[in-house]
Amino acid sequence: MIGGLLRAGLVAVLLVLVLAPGWVAPLLAPLAPEGGPVIYDRASLLSLSLSHLGLVAVASLAATVVAVTLAVLVTRPFGASFRPLARSVTNLGQTFPPVAVLALAVPMMGFGAGPTLLALFLYGLLPVFENAMTGLGNLPPATLEAARGIGMGRWQRLRLVELPLALPVILAGVRLSVVIALGTATIGSTVAARTLGEVIIAGLLTSNTAFVVQGGLVVGLFAVLLHDGLVQLERRLSPPRPGAGRR
Amino acid sequence: MIEIDRITKVYGSTTAVDAVSMTAETGTITAIVGTSGSGKTTLLRMINRLVEPTSGEVRINGESTEAIAPHLLRRRIGYAIQGHGLFPHHTVARNIGAVPELLGWPREKIRSRVDELLTLFSMEPEAFRDRYPADLSGGQQQRVGVARALASRPDLLLMDEPFGALDPIIRARAQEDLRRIQRALGSTILLVTHDMDEAIRLADRIAVMDAGRLVQLGTPAEIIARPATGFVADMVGEADRPLRLLSLIPAAEIAEPGPAEGEALPAGSSLRDALSACLASGREAVAVTTDDGAPGRVTLDAIRRRGELV
Amino acid sequence: MTLAANRIVAGEGVAAWAVAPVAQSLPALGCMIAGLVMGLPAALPKLRLGGALLGLGGATGLLAVGAPSLLAEAGTYARVSPAAGFWGLLSVFLLLMADALAQLAPGPILRAGLLAGALGLLAALLSSGALSDLSVAQEFAGRADAFWRATLRHLELALGSLGAAALIGFPLGILCHRQAALRGSLLPMLSFLQTIPSLAMFGIMIPLLSWIAATWPAAQTIGIAGIGFAPAFIALVLYSLLPVVGNTVAGLDSVPAPVREAARGMGMTGWQRLLRVELPLGLPVLLAGLRIVLVQNIGLAVIAGLIGGGGYGSFVFQGLNQTATDLILLGALPTVLLAMVAAIVMDILVDVARRDSTERTAA
Repeated sequence: MIGGLLRAGLVAVLLVLVLAPGWVAPLLAPLAPEGGPVIYDRASLLSLSLSHLGLVAVASLAATVVAVTLAVLVTRPFGASFRPLARSVTNLGQTFPPVAVLALAVPMMGFGAGPTLLALFLYGLLPVFENAMTGLGNLPPATLEAARGIGMGRWQRLRLVELPLALPVILAGVRLSVVIALGTATIGSTVAARTLGEVIIAGLLTSNTAFVVQGGLVVGLFAVLLHDGLVQLERRLSPPRPGAGRR
Repeated sequence: MIEIDRITKVYGSTTAVDAVSMTAETGTITAIVGTSGSGKTTLLRMINRLVEPTSGEVRINGESTEAIAPHLLRRRIGYAIQGHGLFPHHTVARNIGAVPELLGWPREKIRSRVDELLTLFSMEPEAFRDRYPADLSGGQQQRVGVARALASRPDLLLMDEPFGALDPIIRARAQEDLRRIQRALGSTILLVTHDMDEAIRLADRIAVMDAGRLVQLGTPAEIIARPATGFVADMVGEADRPLRLLSLIPAAEIAEPGPAEGEALPAGSSLRDALSACLASGREAVAVTTDDGAPGRVTLDAIRRRGELV
Repeated sequence: MTLAANRIVAGEGVAAWAVAPVAQSLPALGCMIAGLVMGLPAALPKLRLGGALLGLGGATGLLAVGAPSLLAEAGTYARVSPAAGFWGLLSVFLLLMADALAQLAPGPILRAGLLAGALGLLAALLSSGALSDLSVAQEFAGRADAFWRATLRHLELALGSLGAAALIGFPLGILCHRQAALRGSLLPMLSFLQTIPSLAMFGIMIPLLSWIAATWPAAQTIGIAGIGFAPAFIALVLYSLLPVVGNTVAGLDSVPAPVREAARGMGMTGWQRLLRVELPLGLPVLLAGLRIVLVQNIGLAVIAGLIGGGGYGSFVFQGLNQTATDLILLGALPTVLLAMVAAIVMDILVDVARRDSTERTAA
């Protein structure tokens, strides 16, 4: 949670870095090698940002839809027998390092956006699925009983009671997944996906710290702002909590 | 003897405990009764300085509690709470021996003390010593909690709703045990409860708290017979007062010589038990055993006369 | 059966049973089919476990008999590697095994034994030379020295940063537990650190450390430099702080209120409460934090390869640069294996700690 003023400031810095990187050139100049370029110019930061965010958005959206659907299925009575298997898959999957997933996707799909998308999707599934399963599995039994008691059908219970109540927990999983995806996507540049990682890697290869800082700052700011935005969303969607108890 | 001298606790703008003074004689049970928010728990926690008083003083056998570091003070005062607070990772023996261990007693002495207490609480030492709290029933956990509080032979035992988590039947048994053990050991006990029945059954003296103030301090009979304020009367329960009073009077006290039908009430029964037996059997009198062991009877008329005296 | 258990030579898929002598491949194929059938009924975990093991044996056996036969026909520079069919089967059987084990819920000692057995089998298999015709193995043979150096470096990075994070994080967590104000400011800061993408974090460490090294020559003598081990190590430590501190606080907070109150009420000092009650009871949660950190750092340490920090990452990124799949696998497979072993070992420790503290039930 960050304050409103700080948030506005961060947005402003991000906009300047992405839209008018020339403005910060004097600040970054000392970091660039003698006579080297200060601002990354092989591609516009805006287009890289859009492509980066696009990858993350597509992968996270797909992961969320698939993971929530799966979680709904295994929390239904008929899916109960798959629950232990689902849990083992999740536990096993989370030990896979994101970079390894990315690297292992390359032999299968070649270079470019494909393996990055696949890795982001696969790795994004787990946090959402785990949280959705927790959220849907730990609803207050009295509430569910009441929903049945007033005559709601299965579909109505899911749509009107279970999903809304589990939403904050599911969103927390989405947030985790988005933040990981943002970070992992930078590594996607090593397999020739167009992301902001390109800037950082160019900096690393040419020992140009100015590039590293530029790319790092932009990705970092996106991550922090998205994280914060999703936290805000979770707060807004959480059911009002009962006031603190008195002694 | 415990002397509480104008002790006060202020949190911000609210006064949780307002200049309460009272004394408790050595070897007695004093029950502090009140509704939630009346300040009774705060009062108790100021005695072992889990809460530091804003002003006022507590003296134990003449010595001010301020004169000693809080953790050393607490090792001299037993403390038993609702939900027992047993250490789940320690055995029963280690739980009971916790304070002696802190005091640095030799291992052998701790061991024999633990066995002694387990026996006192009717728990076979061989069977229970090495078990973990999770293996015990609620009533057993509570007994171990009280045994732990008594382990170092403290000058004073503080109890905060010690029976609150028990179901009624087990609670009644735990209360009897406490009374028996307190008499056997001669312990001094301050006990916080919201349950007036519990206070009447256990305490030598009852302190009623309302909104941070001590509104009445007296024997159970006094509290029932002459409630000082409307609040105390409410706590006692207006309609139940005669019955409660009868429950304090031993049947033997008004027994008269003479025959009565049916089986005699056990020794130690109260007039309330006698009344109940009369009503249940539809008879005018019930047989009792008097103090000297001679057979006698208590009649409905005698009970009525004794009840009216209030 | 649609599981095309095929092998790729220069991009060409070849079914193993088509190239290997029938007498050798048939039993292996049979094992795999029997394994799959045995693994199907979910209600019989022991049968499923047996099926998984049989299937794994079959798939590996097929690989072992297929590769040399294939190589015998191809030229000297040809390489054989398992293709999607093998990896798919491998993951299916591993999942069946994990599921069966989860259902059987063996005790910690048995689990440790199983893990040791599995690793021993794997080591025996690899050193036996049965699979040495595979391209990954050949890649390994070509750079065995570098591989073991990378392994050592990777472990140094992951375990060293874990140790450092624990040294810093435990005291911080204890302080946060005691002081709500510190918790309120420190935890958000650490979770902010966690959101910084790893590549950016590693990248930013470089100029920062170069600057430090340039400003204080003394720092250089203890190994602080812009590139290499130091920036990777520090970045990993920073990432580890949130799970360590957060779980320390959560673990200490998980001590039930009556237990805390009783400890205070019986006259324990702050240290006594910490050492005798709070730490032993919070240990499972504390260890769970270390598990997260260890698994996470084994994965993140790969990125150190990009900034010259060494470890398996150097193989992965070299492989990506040269589009050499086998080199990528040589880096990625041990990383995954390491992460899984770490997860299992830490799970066992958490389990032991849990049995030792809270969940004491009747024997």
